[in-house]
Amino acid sequence: MLERIRAFFSARGVLEVETPALSRAATTDPALASFATRYTGPLFPQGRTLYLHTSPEFPMKRLLAAGAGSIYQICKVFRDGEAGRLHNPEFTMVEWYRVGSDHHALMDETLALVTQALDGKRTLAPPEKLTFREAFERHAGLDPHRADAQALATVIKRHGIETGSDPAREPVDVLRDLLLTHVVESQLGRGRLTALYDYPASQAALARLRAGDPPVAERFEIYLDGIELANGFHELGHAAEQRARFERDVAQRKEQGLPAVPMDEHLLAALETGLPDCAGVALGFDRLVKLAAGAKSIQDVLAFPIERA
Amino acid sequence: MATYNTSEFKAGLKVMLDGDPASIVENEFVKPGKGQAFNRVRIRNLKNGRTIERTFKSGETIEAADVVDMEMQYLYNDGQFWHFMQPETFEQVVADKNSVGDNAKWLKEQDVCIITLWNGNPLVVEPPNTVTLKIVETDPGLKGDTSGGGGKPATLETGAVVRVPLFVQNGETIKVNTRTGEYISRA
Repeated sequence: MLERIRAFFSARGVLEVETPALSRAATTDPALASFATRYTGPLFPQGRTLYLHTSPEFPMKRLLAAGAGSIYQICKVFRDGEAGRLHNPEFTMVEWYRVGSDHHALMDETLALVTQALDGKRTLAPPEKLTFREAFERHAGLDPHRADAQALATVIKRHGIETGSDPAREPVDVLRDLLLTHVVESQLGRGRLTALYDYPASQAALARLRAGDPPVAERFEIYLDGIELANGFHELGHAAEQRARFERDVAQRKEQGLPAVPMDEHLLAALETGLPDCAGVALGFDRLVKLAAGAKSIQDVLAFPIERA
Repeated sequence: MATYNTSEFKAGLKVMLDGDPASIVENEFVKPGKGQAFNRVRIRNLKNGRTIERTFKSGETIEAADVVDMEMQYLYNDGQFWHFMQPETFEQVVADKNSVGDNAKWLKEQDVCIITLWNGNPLVVEPPNTVTLKIVETDPGLKGDTSGGGGKPATLETGAVVRVPLFVQNGETIKVNTRTGEYISRA
């Protein structure tokens, strides 16, 4: 499987790179928890806190800003607090960036890579592409951009989803995530790959926003068998906008009582020198293997999942 | 008040749900590509036995239930209640019809049962997986039939009725699976 992926990129002239797994900065995303460790020795005799990366995105963008061209990386990434049928705190990610591509071009390339990786292992119908709105309208019966908490809560209750507290009092983004994971996702990627794209602006993460009514984030995800395989962006290259999003994350982390982490000033400096117009995507390799093998859980395709690590 | 965080959720964990003690049957961690993680939990109400699904935001907490499973010996029934004793401490508890339920028909004096106690009171009484009981009434079977095909009903000393092979007779003791209510063998 790894061979197929490397052959795919080699045929397309995408360069394989390596970037550090340890960094003095961490992702500010409130939904991601970084492992922290400590280096002590030459250069930092008093010790310095270093974070294990949750994805190689930031240093890869620094390479892009330095003129590396289209690049890919296959590496281990680390996320605290995540373990389950589809999660392990340490997993393998295939991440790549295409200079000059937007999220549509990269979405097509991601579909091609997954199709090629699963060739001979799964028989799939041609892929489908749905906007985030189309998927919600089709499978949950509402417009996710316009529905307020009350409307979302009504649909959640109609689907028999019981929550610990009254859903109408939750933020709209939490309710959209709830509907996505509990209702919509199981309908995606049935017998074919599904690409979901144009996300609500509030879920942009590191994607560009496209003005409109409503404005949408140029972001996509790829699904098979109801499982999210990949997440990609038309990358935000605007340093000031990126700093504002980091700062919003930092404020949210504080509000939610999450540990404060330093934002990546190296990335912001690189964006200031100029990120070429590009799109990037991260694909969960262990999930791809799970789907190829027809396994029930990614634990079945890891040599030693966290419980036995 | 003790509480559990969603990251402590696992099958068998005893929690309070809507004021009733409940046991987690299955816990699934779900998370969209970016965004809020949830714990999607199947949970069994220990009072009425019903299993429901409930979703928690990861990081939420839920009250712990003071529920323990304890091996206790069945002593006797006083006509209304069932009396059990913890063999080492001689501590006794009294269970009512709600907690014993249909399992009453498998209870034989001296047998060791699993009693689920909530705040010290019996909530569920589980008989041993297999019990050895005497047949008090069954029709005489046909001589020479050893196959057991078809079988016949037999009433046991505790009142339970199970299907037994034709060759098994009145007064014999047999082993029965209490989970399925099926005859296993002669004892």
